[in-house]
Amino acid sequence: MLLIACPHCGNRPETEFRCGGQAHIARPTDPAALDDAAWSEHLFVRANPRGVHAERWCHVHGCGRWFNALRDTVSDRFIETYPAGAEPSRSPDLQTRA
Amino acid sequence: MAQPFRLSRGGRIDRTRPIRFTFNGRDVHGFQGDTVASALLAEGRHLVGRSFKYHRPRGILSHGSDEPSALLSVDRGPGRIDPNNRASVVEARDGLKTRSQNHWPSLEHDIGAVNDLLSPVFVAGFYYKTFMWPRKFWDKVYEPFIRAAAGLGKAPTEADPDRYANRHAHCDVLVVGAGPAGLAAALAAARTGKRVILADEQAEPGGALLHETRAEIDGRPASDWLAATLADLDARENVILLSRTTVFGYYNHNHVAMAERVTDHLPNASGTAPRERLWQVRAAEVVLAGGSHERPLVFADNDRPGILLAESVRVFVNRYGVAPGRRIVFATSGASAYTAALDAKAAGLHVALVDLRPEADCGPELRQLRAAGVEVLTGHTVIGSKGAKRVTGLLVAPVGSDGRCGGHRLLPCDCVGMSGGWTPAVHLFSQSRGKLVYDAELDAFVPGTSAQAERSAGSAKGTYDLAACLGEGYAAGAAAAGSAERRAFTATPTATGFLPVRAMPTDANPTKIRAFVDFQNDVTAKDIKLAVREGFHSIEHVKRYTTTGMATDQGKTSNMNALGIVAGQLDKALPGVGTTTFRPPYTPVTFGALVGPARHALFDPIRTTPIHGWAEAHGALFENVALWRRAWYFPKPGEDMHAAVARECAAVREGVGIFDASTLGKIEIVGPDAAEFMNRLYINPWLKLEPGRCRYGLMLKEDGYILDDGVVARVAPDCFHVTTTTGGAARVLAHMEDYLQTEWPDLQVFLTSTTEQWAVIALQGPKARAVIAPLVEGIDLSPEAFPHMAMRTGTICGVPIRLFRVSFTGELGFEINVPADQARAVWEAVYAAGEPYGITPYGTETMHVLRAEKGYIIVGQETDGTVTPDDVGLAGMIAKAKKDFVGKRSLSRPDVVAAGRKQLVGLVTEDPKRVLDEGAQIVADTDQPIPMTMLGHVTSSYWSPNCGRSIAMALVADGRALQGSTLHVTTPEGFISVTVVDPVFLDPKGERINA
Repeated sequence: MLLIACPHCGNRPETEFRCGGQAHIARPTDPAALDDAAWSEHLFVRANPRGVHAERWCHVHGCGRWFNALRDTVSDRFIETYPAGAEPSRSPDLQTRA
Repeated sequence: MAQPFRLSRGGRIDRTRPIRFTFNGRDVHGFQGDTVASALLAEGRHLVGRSFKYHRPRGILSHGSDEPSALLSVDRGPGRIDPNNRASVVEARDGLKTRSQNHWPSLEHDIGAVNDLLSPVFVAGFYYKTFMWPRKFWDKVYEPFIRAAAGLGKAPTEADPDRYANRHAHCDVLVVGAGPAGLAAALAAARTGKRVILADEQAEPGGALLHETRAEIDGRPASDWLAATLADLDARENVILLSRTTVFGYYNHNHVAMAERVTDHLPNASGTAPRERLWQVRAAEVVLAGGSHERPLVFADNDRPGILLAESVRVFVNRYGVAPGRRIVFATSGASAYTAALDAKAAGLHVALVDLRPEADCGPELRQLRAAGVEVLTGHTVIGSKGAKRVTGLLVAPVGSDGRCGGHRLLPCDCVGMSGGWTPAVHLFSQSRGKLVYDAELDAFVPGTSAQAERSAGSAKGTYDLAACLGEGYAAGAAAAGSAERRAFTATPTATGFLPVRAMPTDANPTKIRAFVDFQNDVTAKDIKLAVREGFHSIEHVKRYTTTGMATDQGKTSNMNALGIVAGQLDKALPGVGTTTFRPPYTPVTFGALVGPARHALFDPIRTTPIHGWAEAHGALFENVALWRRAWYFPKPGEDMHAAVARECAAVREGVGIFDASTLGKIEIVGPDAAEFMNRLYINPWLKLEPGRCRYGLMLKEDGYILDDGVVARVAPDCFHVTTTTGGAARVLAHMEDYLQTEWPDLQVFLTSTTEQWAVIALQGPKARAVIAPLVEGIDLSPEAFPHMAMRTGTICGVPIRLFRVSFTGELGFEINVPADQARAVWEAVYAAGEPYGITPYGTETMHVLRAEKGYIIVGQETDGTVTPDDVGLAGMIAKAKKDFVGKRSLSRPDVVAAGRKQLVGLVTEDPKRVLDEGAQIVADTDQPIPMTMLGHVTSSYWSPNCGRSIAMALVADGRALQGSTLHVTTPEGFISVTVVDPVFLDPKGERINA
């Protein structure tokens, strides 16, 4: 079982957490201004990188707070976790690679 | 004479404490400290089972957890029968009943042994090749036959009466294995003050030191050193020493699983102790000192009872005081068997030794053994063994450097100790995702690059010399604890080194002999070679095709020989073939240990409301809704469900019904921005809702589909009392928290789940007001002062309440929100007050019928995650003036506004008595070709007592435009015709609700 470092609680087993998919996708301030293609891009299209992925995680069975994490999708290693609103120390691999 | 093969002295057994158990119904005598295997050997019994495929007589091969052959069924009392236990691992104790497996009618006379005569047929891949044709034979003939013949042992049929425990633990250093390396590691780590757990699978810690009678450590006998070290560790508060505890799984981030056998060895286990305990340890550092496994030699008929591993002979002699035979021939390609021969000789047994190695390649062990008076034949191979149910002789021959064999010689014996060298137990290292490297000198895969915070020490790493093991263990333990301390140990040199051999040279026709590689699966060298010839070149494919390395022992004794034979056949060096993947568990783990206490009532939490006991006492039947148990209906004596529901439905429409709605999800939304938050999350407008008023709210996901619904009351300008569906409560709260934390952290709002705090008593029906009027204080209940969709605070029977005037039935209705701990008392008071009015408790089934009569949807029944507000006719609830809310933009997505979407309609059958099946498909034309165009499906369907006919709701493509037309719905008997109607079947103007 993985340990995940909640930025507020420290290392906790993965069963305390829930993953919320790709991080750093802000809800558009004026959705009505987006055309159908742009809105569908926002709603449905996500990166699926082979490598470093920025993800939203929630410590549901702990403090209940959302935070973000960089996770390597190949090794399943968490590179870093950081509070919502903060920036990671490196940029994720956004491109989906074969 | 009892125990004829018990030596007169020696061993760690307690000769003052005799024990008795049975094997196949006959008494076996032994001593405290025996295993079932050592006690059987002391009785002179070698034949203990029949092999899996050929039903060949099999005996005890090993002394440890790598035993592939001696698998017994162990009966510890009623309901406690456990198959496939290794005789060498089960501790002998009074009252145990053991039985051999895989034979009929008896162990001595087994009809299945005919398979052995047919062995030329049962080659590798026999099943795949034989049961191919004719095809229709598979179901009726082949599969039942294979199923009957397959498997080892018999699964127990009764529920397990034992209790199992589960424990989580943390430590700084976890040491796996309490042999010399593990003990030294634990000692080094413990001296730093760090928290240490030392786990060992055997009944006693000590590993190989438990049968070491020859060596000295730091100038004293090894057993003295062991006792002193254990005493040292035992005295330290920071050390947990666990015996009978197998580390079986190594997972991410040093999460290690261990199975502790707590009571199986006790004749009278106390009532409170669990049978086994599953430990889940999170260790900062792990030291792997799990030792190594001896390899059998591969020669013809190497599986006869009486043929053991050489070190196992030594263990039985030294640790258990048992002679596995009186006349023992050791056959080896390495040095360690010489020590075993010396010890057997010292115990007074007749000993000879055959070594494949030429004289010049042997070390000092040769001279030492000859000096003890033992005949040693160097440069000799083993051609085969003689005997039937017990070995009677070993056929040997000199072998030249060209591999040619000389004249045969038969060495009479009643026991053989064989040794093909050693294989480090790298299982846990490999499970930790560490990379193995092949060491040609050791002829073994050893730990290479680590993937986690662990290190190996001792023979698990290929270090076989005792002093080196101790020093390496100590260094590993110190390093794991963050110390650079080292310690040098002096010890008697260990006889090490061996000549790698895959199959012993022979002059026999290789297609005519059976030389076993995998004893548990009856896989021979011939089978493996055949598999390679047939094109299985990957070791993973060879494993699955021949089954070598599978089943309960996972090939601990066989893997290296199998790998070597495959490599030889492919003309590759060993590392080129690779290894099969090591997976947990290291040794079999009981289901009980894994399940632990999560059985029966603890399997899954059950939620009950404060009214549950009352409902039970009044004869309710219950249904599961999410984790809740909800009262389903309240049958009176003689009533079936149909009659009970009809009576309950009529009571609500004509009098008054009482319903437990406590399972509704409830969320208190508080803060200066509460209304703004509600406005952004729901499709409805909230800013102008007056305190004291309610609104039916509908919530979408961002994709525009309905997520949840429920009545919301504004308690105060900055406080909303939100209700959700029973099953959606956690989901809705998580959805709200997500938006609040991540999209709008600027909003000042607090969300609190109050589902468990408020119980909800629903009073529904024309007489509802009259029932509660005498009990309520502080609220004017008149229709003018307290209209439909209003909320007031006051008291009932003196208990503070939030009283909602709402209805999910279409009748005059109240929902009394009352603090949960006073709910039962209030419920009983209301019920008593209602008795003069014929108050009737009703359950969820009646609730469903009543709401369907009114066309009210249930999220999750009329919706399925692809349904928009317009689809269910609720588009009118959308606040037109709101610029944005979650899901709004998606309501203008092309596929959401496209024609042909499925819309909610009512359906009535031609035959009013016919109730449709929920989920049934709907078509327009039954004569169309298959596959037909399906227009939608039935979402809800009931017998409606108030309508006097069946009613149904359905989602149908363009349904609203089809009002009045005829469609066709599938039933098990074929299509039946239905008419599309409005989904509101009763009181379409809603007059009753405003009464």
